[in-house]
Amino acid sequence: MGESDYSFSLTTFSPSGKLVQIEYALNAVAAGATSLGIKAKNGIVLATEKRLPSPLMDESTIDKVTSITGNIGMVYAGMGPDSRVLLKKARNYAQSYYRVYKESIPVSQLVRQVASVMQEFTQSGGVRPFGVSLLVAGFDEEGPHLYQVDPSGSYFAWKASAIGKNMVNGKTFLEKRYSDDMELEDAIHTALLTIKEGFEGQVTENNIEVGIVSDDLKFKKLTPAEVKDYLSEVE
Amino acid sequence: MSILEYNGGCVVAMAGKNCVAIASDKRLGVQLSTIAMDCNRVFRMTDSLYLGLTGLHSDVTTLHNLFNYKLNLYAMREGRVIKPTTFASLVSSTLYEKRFGPYFAEPVIAGLQPDGTPFLCAMDLLGAMAVADDFVVSGTCAESLFGTCETFYRKDMNPDELFETLGQSLMAALDRDCISGWGVDVQIITKEGVTTKSLKARMD
Repeated sequence: MGESDYSFSLTTFSPSGKLVQIEYALNAVAAGATSLGIKAKNGIVLATEKRLPSPLMDESTIDKVTSITGNIGMVYAGMGPDSRVLLKKARNYAQSYYRVYKESIPVSQLVRQVASVMQEFTQSGGVRPFGVSLLVAGFDEEGPHLYQVDPSGSYFAWKASAIGKNMVNGKTFLEKRYSDDMELEDAIHTALLTIKEGFEGQVTENNIEVGIVSDDLKFKKLTPAEVKDYLSEVE
Repeated sequence: MSILEYNGGCVVAMAGKNCVAIASDKRLGVQLSTIAMDCNRVFRMTDSLYLGLTGLHSDVTTLHNLFNYKLNLYAMREGRVIKPTTFASLVSSTLYEKRFGPYFAEPVIAGLQPDGTPFLCAMDLLGAMAVADDFVVSGTCAESLFGTCETFYRKDMNPDELFETLGQSLMAALDRDCISGWGVDVQIITKEGVTTKSLKARMD
């Protein structure tokens, strides 16, 4: 690979100082299904749309909200296969950290590592940037955390954020609904309302995914039955 | 002769009530010739965490430098002070990484956990962790130290009693080992801070 004529970095500056490859990657993210996260006082919720190209596909086998460690979960917007590369790396970093320190990795450290991988893919030869933004949620000794990581490798901690299609409307909706003393249960309701707001068609327990991290330091994916209960509460 | 006994020396650490103490001798030798009498083998890692290393002195120095390097980076990367339990795991995995070409040094870790409770831990040169709640020993007079510590140790000592007990345990054991001795340094670690005391031992 390194020997080929194309081993130089494809992400190069335009005369105006922009990296258009990264902007294109952000376009790929903006075309992806909406995902969002909300940080509450006692936990974090992650939610995403699960839009499938054909009703013949089995939606129960698709996992967009995934766990990185027992207390950290992740959701993406953009290209699914790219997200799996990052998921694998994130899980690896978390386990290497645990192997050395016998202590679970702090969310901030994990996010920094994942972000540095994404940055490397904007400066290396023979690769393209990742076509995903990530929302990483975790509860550690420091409390609840919600981070967004973008294809450029930049990352920020958020109180609530939305990525993918409708992210602008989603964020405006979240800005109106968010409050600092929110409980996890309220956050789950707000998350579902935000998803519903931008959803084309009827939201059901089978076409969205919800994951929560609570103050018992456990990440948990909600089952379709649990999602159904929450959906009936917000109707 | 084992390479672990080439330079001589010993370290012992003991827990009291909300305090720990760690002590070592100060001799550096080459087999039976004494080279120096001001050799330090107990190192400050954080304000309430000390690392003692016995064994081949070149590896003691190398490991001291290596753990300083790792902790400086840890402090900047994570923006926090390492906990004794976490540091012990780091030492253990660092040593085991060199399983088939080990550092010839045996560490003793003594510190206070964030909640103020004592933490004591000893390891062999491969990093096999042995956590204790009373005392840990290491070095060329480890067997004698076990004997004296088992005799003198009491539960829940205050810092002054702990200093006296640890000092006497080490001095009694030192005198039965011809490649340890030539003075003793004791560090007493409490929530309020660390006090260092030097003891005169037999200088022959």
